[in-house]
Amino acid sequence: MNLLESMRIALRALNANKVRSALTMLGVIIGVAAVILLVAIGTGVQDEITGSIEGLGSNLIFVFAGNFEEGPGGGGPGGISTRQFTIEDADLLQRRLGPEHAVVPVIQGPLSLRVGNRTMRTTVAAGNENAGEVFGGDYLGGRGYRRSEVSASARVIVLGATVRDRLFPNTDPVGEAISVNGQRFTVIGHVAAQGGSLTGDQDNQVYMPITVAQRLIGTTDVGLIAVKAADAEDVESLQRRIRQVLRPRFGDEFSVFSQDQTLGIFQQILGTLTFMLAGIAGISLLVGGIGIMNIMLVSVSERTREIGIRKAVGARTYDIMSQFVIEAVTLSVAGGVVGIAIGALGARVLTQWVPTEVTAWAVALAFTFSAGVGIFFGVYPAYKASRLDPIEALRYE
Amino acid sequence: MEDLVRAGATNEPCDDARVVLEARGVSKTYHLGEVDVHALRGVDLSICDGRMLSLMGPSGSGKSTLMHIIGLLDRPSEGSVIVEGEEVSRMAPNELAAVRNRRIGFVFQSFNLLARTSALANVELPLVYAGVSGNERSRRAREALERVGLGDRMGHLPNQLSGGQQQRVAIARALVTEPSIVLADEPTGNLDSVSGVDVMTILQELNAHGITVVLVTHDDTVARHAERIVRLRDGMVVSDEAVADRIRASERRDAVVEEAGGEG
Repeated sequence: MNLLESMRIALRALNANKVRSALTMLGVIIGVAAVILLVAIGTGVQDEITGSIEGLGSNLIFVFAGNFEEGPGGGGPGGISTRQFTIEDADLLQRRLGPEHAVVPVIQGPLSLRVGNRTMRTTVAAGNENAGEVFGGDYLGGRGYRRSEVSASARVIVLGATVRDRLFPNTDPVGEAISVNGQRFTVIGHVAAQGGSLTGDQDNQVYMPITVAQRLIGTTDVGLIAVKAADAEDVESLQRRIRQVLRPRFGDEFSVFSQDQTLGIFQQILGTLTFMLAGIAGISLLVGGIGIMNIMLVSVSERTREIGIRKAVGARTYDIMSQFVIEAVTLSVAGGVVGIAIGALGARVLTQWVPTEVTAWAVALAFTFSAGVGIFFGVYPAYKASRLDPIEALRYE
Repeated sequence: MEDLVRAGATNEPCDDARVVLEARGVSKTYHLGEVDVHALRGVDLSICDGRMLSLMGPSGSGKSTLMHIIGLLDRPSEGSVIVEGEEVSRMAPNELAAVRNRRIGFVFQSFNLLARTSALANVELPLVYAGVSGNERSRRAREALERVGLGDRMGHLPNQLSGGQQQRVAIARALVTEPSIVLADEPTGNLDSVSGVDVMTILQELNAHGITVVLVTHDDTVARHAERIVRLRDGMVVSDEAVADRIRASERRDAVVEEAGGEG
């Protein structure tokens, strides 16, 4: 008996129990859809973050307070006891590294804005006069803040696209007044939209000199220090020099990452997260597989007499075995195909809120896994069926 | 006396016909807990090619067990079964399946058709496992159905057919592979008398065309449709004799129809 014949028999049997077949498939459908969807979210977020870090340029170095490099037990990452950087540390680095490399102390925090009767909450990203050069950004109007404004803690502000659209719809904001945490600021520029990101809307952000931002937030600390090497080839030697400068002050309680290393860390974390999500979804696929096994066992005992008849007219062990395995695989593969469709569709819908990307490997994995589930959980019932004694099977009521 | 009977059983003359199926010293013992049940105790039986034979006996005599063993559905505890000169009792399950498929056709009391499967597909089933495919399979199945007078019922499902029609489908299934021997286990047991006569008519016609038929029955009338009756009791052959006044089913039909009509 050939494969086609076995498939025809299997389809006929599945068709005879439509509701049962559909419910059995549902387990696999949910499992596969969950795998596709969660991996799509994981991959989408990973791509997004990778993209935004890569967008910063390849010759960036980030310096953090706290020892992140030695792993657990190496001083603890960024604990409360860790001494934070100040603007003076950034200035020291700038002096020692030379003017060809740009050093930016960075701080971030929440703010509330008001213009007339419009208010909104947003995030500030503050740096010094080099921030524009280091982090980029296209000005649609106005300009970035200057060195004099940084040293004078001038109340000037640059708006992200979302903030501009909310507070100054259809008007040019440059030169307008804006209330920031109750203090009066002047808008000096606004930048083009950059698109969404994991941390929310990257355009729902404002920029101002770090000196004035520290006052607003009420701290003298600096979150991190970014250094842009004049040349990508300088990155390694620059990292060494940064360590030399900071060691006398901070001992080992700081970390220096190149952009590649930062990317590597993020990718590692997010990659692990994606696999975790896939694993959790995989559990539901496993449960779906057990559902198939259960139904196949019921099916075998229900059809004992049929098996007896088939054996009496000449079916070999292999024929019975393949009939039931194909039935199980058909259930799981059909469920897998529907699950992939639902997962891909769900990912497309979710893109409105979360970045998603349906990858070929996730589809291939889910499909192979669902077929594998069918074979794995189908073989035992099929084996049981194929081993039935013909005469016992014929007598079965 | 036992020796005499045995001698009679093994030496039944086939004249110029060859022996198509032979059981030699077949015993079957079931172990039920502490007790051993001897269903068959050393049965010798030879069935000649192209003949019609009845295996008779009360329930518990071992006639069904014997049929299952010579039909290769079951294995003897002792002794051997020889089909067309080939010793089959030690064959592997898959080899037995192939021999059943090619050489033996079954007709059961309860028809044993696949439910939700058309008459045609049921008849095609043995050919599916014989590896016959496509048009050839369909053609042969149609021929077999026409031979049992069901040319106009091929697409019907078993539950759309009467008992007699279902049994005729089962006969078509048994003969579609052109087996050497058809084993019929109480073929009329679940049928009304008219359908029963029709089924016996078909079996006699098949036999007239050279197919060996073995009837297993407890009914003396059914048994007398054969040329020879082998009686079993307590797992042993107790008699083996030719039928003197063999019943021709085709000649009985009118009488049976009248009788059935008269009753109704």
